[in-house]
Amino acid sequence: MSTAQLSRPVPRAAGTGKRQAARTGANVARYAAVTLVALLFLLPFYIMVKTAVSPAADIASRTFVLWPSDPDWSSFSRVLDDPTFPRAMLNTAVMAVVLTGGQIVLAAMAGYAMARIPNRAAGPLFSATIVVLLIPAATTFLPNFLIVAKLGWVDSLRGLVVPGLFSAFNVFLFRQFFLNFPKELEEAGRLDGLGYFGVFRRIVVPNTLAFASALTVLGFVGSWNAFLWPLVVAGGGSGAVTVQVYLSSFLTAQTFDYSGLFAAALLSLVPVLLVFLVLQRWLVRGVAETGMGGG
Amino acid sequence: MSSSTASAPGRGGTSPAPSRPPGSGTRPRATAVKGSRLAFWVFVTPFLVGLVLFTVVPIVWSTGLSFFEARGTLTPTRFVGLGNFAHFLTDDAFTNSLVTFFVYALFIVPVTMAVSLGLAVLVNGLPRFQAFYRSALFLPVACSYVVGSLVWKLALFSGLPSGVANSALGVFGIAPVSWLGSSPYWWIVLVTVRLWLQVGFYMVLFLAGLQRIPPVLYEAAMLDGVSAGFRRFRYITWPQLRPTVAAVLLLLLVAAFQAFDEFINLVPTNPSTRPPLVYLYNVALGAQRDFGLGSAGALILTAIMVVVALLQTKFFGFSAAEDRTKAPRRRRGGVSA
Repeated sequence: MSTAQLSRPVPRAAGTGKRQAARTGANVARYAAVTLVALLFLLPFYIMVKTAVSPAADIASRTFVLWPSDPDWSSFSRVLDDPTFPRAMLNTAVMAVVLTGGQIVLAAMAGYAMARIPNRAAGPLFSATIVVLLIPAATTFLPNFLIVAKLGWVDSLRGLVVPGLFSAFNVFLFRQFFLNFPKELEEAGRLDGLGYFGVFRRIVVPNTLAFASALTVLGFVGSWNAFLWPLVVAGGGSGAVTVQVYLSSFLTAQTFDYSGLFAAALLSLVPVLLVFLVLQRWLVRGVAETGMGGG
Repeated sequence: MSSSTASAPGRGGTSPAPSRPPGSGTRPRATAVKGSRLAFWVFVTPFLVGLVLFTVVPIVWSTGLSFFEARGTLTPTRFVGLGNFAHFLTDDAFTNSLVTFFVYALFIVPVTMAVSLGLAVLVNGLPRFQAFYRSALFLPVACSYVVGSLVWKLALFSGLPSGVANSALGVFGIAPVSWLGSSPYWWIVLVTVRLWLQVGFYMVLFLAGLQRIPPVLYEAAMLDGVSAGFRRFRYITWPQLRPTVAAVLLLLLVAAFQAFDEFINLVPTNPSTRPPLVYLYNVALGAQRDFGLGSAGALILTAIMVVVALLQTKFFGFSAAEDRTKAPRRRRGGVSA
């Protein structure tokens, strides 16, 4: 509803008929353009579904097939019967859920303390967080691999998850969020006899859920789709292969089961799309609020 | 979230908050409540320990390792001083990777910026169905680069006549192209897949920026006779979007520097399309597994990226993060309300 209100920045002046016509013409052009682009953006999704349900004859065809001649949904069950794929999905789900949840909890606690609990160490700790924030995560994959290898966590879920739990970026965002958190709420809790932990659990956490949900969606999408770190940790073995590493292995090797591969790709999208569609409103607002994110 | 909220106070529960440690000598401050020192450290320690163990220690260790030869082993074998760093000055593959990034960024950054801003303005001007179009354009953001690469390589830009791009060319009587086989063509594949995957995200950032512009400005412009679309954009929308543009620019540059997934999936064997991160991956974890050299490379790339970020912040205004702290939304909201 807020978008509808914001979509018309200029109040409709009492326009003349000519002006009205011009406006309608502009709108038609606008809708035509945006519809065309939207179709282009949705085309790859259609291609994925089409290829996944195409019978072998269509895939072997020498010419482009727009619509599968005889849709064949068996590719999905074929993929699910292959033990590697469900295993990779499970690994990815565990990784994404633990990473996302852990990042949020740890960062919310640290950010809250830095913003709201008076302590001489708060300033220096926040400065240290900012410095870490500046270090690009992508270029630290090797140092992190070294430590994970030293700990003996290569090709394990621990290796996938633990190093990523500590998000300086989320701490930064939570600190900013808590700086603006209404003091009155906390003081009301104190008057009721709550200590720091009581105030945090009963008052701060419930009022942080909307903000945390936005970060949760971004974190979930980011870790579900992560590729570089899973490739580094679990690319060689099979113990902790994620679904992205699994799909990638078919790109570098040769594959012949196109419909199976596209079915797997589609299935790999399901959890993210669900999270996306359900929480889209929050996500868009969250992206706007945080200014950036780990897309 | 419910599980996460439960575990946070769980830590607190083990050490009852009101009973503060005896004789805790924190200086009394205006907002200090008893138990504050204990609470502070209980909240901060888990994050702090992880930060030290998985950021500080690895970086210090890796810096140490960068002065040694260490091939296929974590144990340094021979001290080479700055030899590993010097290697990069003479390694053509490394300089090529920086050139690749430069050329790539020069193209992908402005194009993404223009397309996402254009779409944002277009969608923002729609009287109806805004949410639908926004969702449709945002949907690819949910896809991974691996899935994007898969669709692009095997269906859209496959070298076969049945591929989407080749059949489209076929309509005009043009012979099928081997898209990933040779130089100018693979750039089309690499650029389009990234555009598809990232444009929606930046469009949403721009949409948010557009919707923060106070309508009063447009009304005032209208009174001054500025109503045409382009002039409105030039004199009001664009200047008002400056902070968003600066943030998007930085994010796009960093994202281009970190390009990895689609390159390694689409053109794994072409040394001439190797952005810095792919180069580093090959040095450190490729066939050679040269951890000493890789550590030096990681430090160099990190330094380059930090410098890029700082320079950009200096020349184009504050980063998104700083901008946010300096311009509280409450004040802006007050203007438009």
